[in-house]
Amino acid sequence: METLKKDIQEGIAEKMIKITGAEAVIKCLLEEGVNLAYGYPGGAIMPVYDEIYKYQDQFHHVLTRHEQGAIHAAQGFARVTGKVGMVFATSGPGATNLVTGIADAQIDSTPLVCITGQVGSHLLGSDAFQETDIIGISTPVTKWNYQITKASEIPEVIAKAFYIAKSGRPGPVLIDITKDAQFGELDFSYKKCKKVRSYRAIPKLNIAQVKEAAALINSAKKPFIVWGQGVIIGGAEQEFKNFIEKTDIPSASTVLGLSALETKHPLNVGMVGMHGNYAPNVLTNSCDVLIAIGMRFDDRVTGNLATYAKQAKVIHFDIDPAEIDKNVKTDIAVIADVKESLAEIMQYVNKTEHKEWMQEFNKLYNIEHEAVINNQLNPTKKGLTMGEVIGGINKETKGDAVMVSDVGQHQMFACRYADFIKTRSNVTSGGLGTMGFALPASIGAKMGVPNREVVAIIGDGGYQMTCNELGTILQTKVPVKIVVLNNSYLGMVRQWQELFFDKRYASTEMVSPDFVKLAEAYDIEAVRVSKREDLADAIKTMIASKETYFLEVVIEQEDNVFPMIPTGASVSDIRLS
Amino acid sequence: MEENKNFTVSVYTENNIGILNRISAIFLKRHINIESMTVSKSEIEHVHRFTFVVEVPETLIRKVVGQLEKQIEVIRAFYHTEDEIIYHETALFKIASTHLYDEKIQDKLKFRRAHIIAITERYFVIEASGLKEDINRMYEKLKPFGLLQFVRSGRIAITRPKMAITELLEEIN
Repeated sequence: METLKKDIQEGIAEKMIKITGAEAVIKCLLEEGVNLAYGYPGGAIMPVYDEIYKYQDQFHHVLTRHEQGAIHAAQGFARVTGKVGMVFATSGPGATNLVTGIADAQIDSTPLVCITGQVGSHLLGSDAFQETDIIGISTPVTKWNYQITKASEIPEVIAKAFYIAKSGRPGPVLIDITKDAQFGELDFSYKKCKKVRSYRAIPKLNIAQVKEAAALINSAKKPFIVWGQGVIIGGAEQEFKNFIEKTDIPSASTVLGLSALETKHPLNVGMVGMHGNYAPNVLTNSCDVLIAIGMRFDDRVTGNLATYAKQAKVIHFDIDPAEIDKNVKTDIAVIADVKESLAEIMQYVNKTEHKEWMQEFNKLYNIEHEAVINNQLNPTKKGLTMGEVIGGINKETKGDAVMVSDVGQHQMFACRYADFIKTRSNVTSGGLGTMGFALPASIGAKMGVPNREVVAIIGDGGYQMTCNELGTILQTKVPVKIVVLNNSYLGMVRQWQELFFDKRYASTEMVSPDFVKLAEAYDIEAVRVSKREDLADAIKTMIASKETYFLEVVIEQEDNVFPMIPTGASVSDIRLS
Repeated sequence: MEENKNFTVSVYTENNIGILNRISAIFLKRHINIESMTVSKSEIEHVHRFTFVVEVPETLIRKVVGQLEKQIEVIRAFYHTEDEIIYHETALFKIASTHLYDEKIQDKLKFRRAHIIAITERYFVIEASGLKEDINRMYEKLKPFGLLQFVRSGRIAITRPKMAITELLEEIN
């Protein structure tokens, strides 16, 4: 017996290898199937970078030009693939430069694992060189974070980080590793994490709730669905489509839910929210049952809560119990993974038709088309519009491209007019509204789906927040298509100043460098278009190119995004002009 | 406008570094002032219990508890009204020894749960425990004698209704 015990122990000992904490980091990532990371080296993370050098045949690292670029690239990668995005940064400023991207990922439920270096554990709390309390700083904006001070903790903590980042409602996780823990040695073995005692990733589906929801849906005369990114995160696109087709319910998307259902699906009635479509916004206040699926009733969606869908019974499908009743009081909550709950509810809902109700959407769509859409897509005025640029891209890509948009007017035009035929095709900063997001996110997106066309749509303001990432493109040769819509203004703020601040354009006029020359300086083919007759050909050439391509479109300076729900107004008070 | 009420929030957590930061951030984000807070071991091994007292509308505390439970290391969170709990606070009063044989102070000490826990040449220390109001009353009585130091604990509370924490732990283990 003793001999057997000894043999087993020796067997285990044989399997275990003594390595440094830094090497363990890379080995753990390889065990998790991660072989691509974005980041920026520095003093406190150097041991890990030394291992990246050693493992370069198995592990690819993309050096960005700023840590913010690294994390947005990882977000772009995560959003198009559904996998965990990986980021490295050093301590102090390296770590704090990640914070914007972490907050963005947290609010948009993007799975990320960020590893930051930290000063030696004996220096913690001493205001040492490049020391910041990144655990304290990142706590409110991470799903979980942890500081490692001993090499032996690394495998278990990284395994836990990946499990937490990608399970349930995904989110960003940050692991801070002190330099001595990176240098320290451990007996390495790796076991993937499958459970954390205090964490319930996916709530258990309650069939009674499903039946109750189905009964209400079956009795509805004017049901209406608003879906969000939960459908995409849950991989529930097919279940969602089956559900709406069986019940024949008009359905509208939030910004982040776009592309879960193809744009031209007959039951897709557009986008809700501040710059959403007229019909779904107005009719939110006419439906009798409002079914929210994988969305969180963001204030940009609801407008004034006091007047939001007050006449309707509300059913809320969501994986996160904390979202139920957070903003809108729910009558029936189905708390579960939507892939599971939508599949289950199919047994209980009747095959129905809602032709007359759908007609109401069509009628309002025609009003919006006449007042807004047609003018935006087929303008007769002299200046180029953002809408026609998006329309031109649709024609060339046939809706097959991943559209990565920055934040501002162009974002709303991209979300309103881009045609999507595949899921995970709309990558944008929804909840945080982070300018500077798109260029680095498009780099990550293209690396995530190299066989798809990736088009970044960016305003002149946001572009200049992270255009240093052209350097990353120069180095990696990632063939993204960059479209800068240049109106020489911070367009969205200018629009608000026009409408609500008597045209007092305080600090929104923007003088920019020659963007074409800037792109050329980074060895990127670049073209500027300012005339309508040149636009179609320019887009065609850009999409046909196999290389990175930059297109600047000089657009009308004072173009506005309509429809619009002014802040504090009701969704049904949406303005068409 | 929904009225503010006193709520006692009990949060069961893993005993890890940083959890206090994570929990207090939830209150901070919603701009809620914490009246008192106590942290201790709980009845479950390796599980800690935070007891917060806050004065907020019930709709708000329900949302806060939902967001507390969302934290990875929080096992469960509950909120209770004043009549659903049995609670105590403790206070220590340090008074100059010149008052030790003062008859008036002897009278004050007739408070049900107060006694002297230390006496030196220069000072003596009275410990009192009870409801918040009891401690407040004691404070008012002893204040005229000149308090060299005064300190009170946060609330500790036991709930009258059952908290399904043990069953939950069994289920998830």
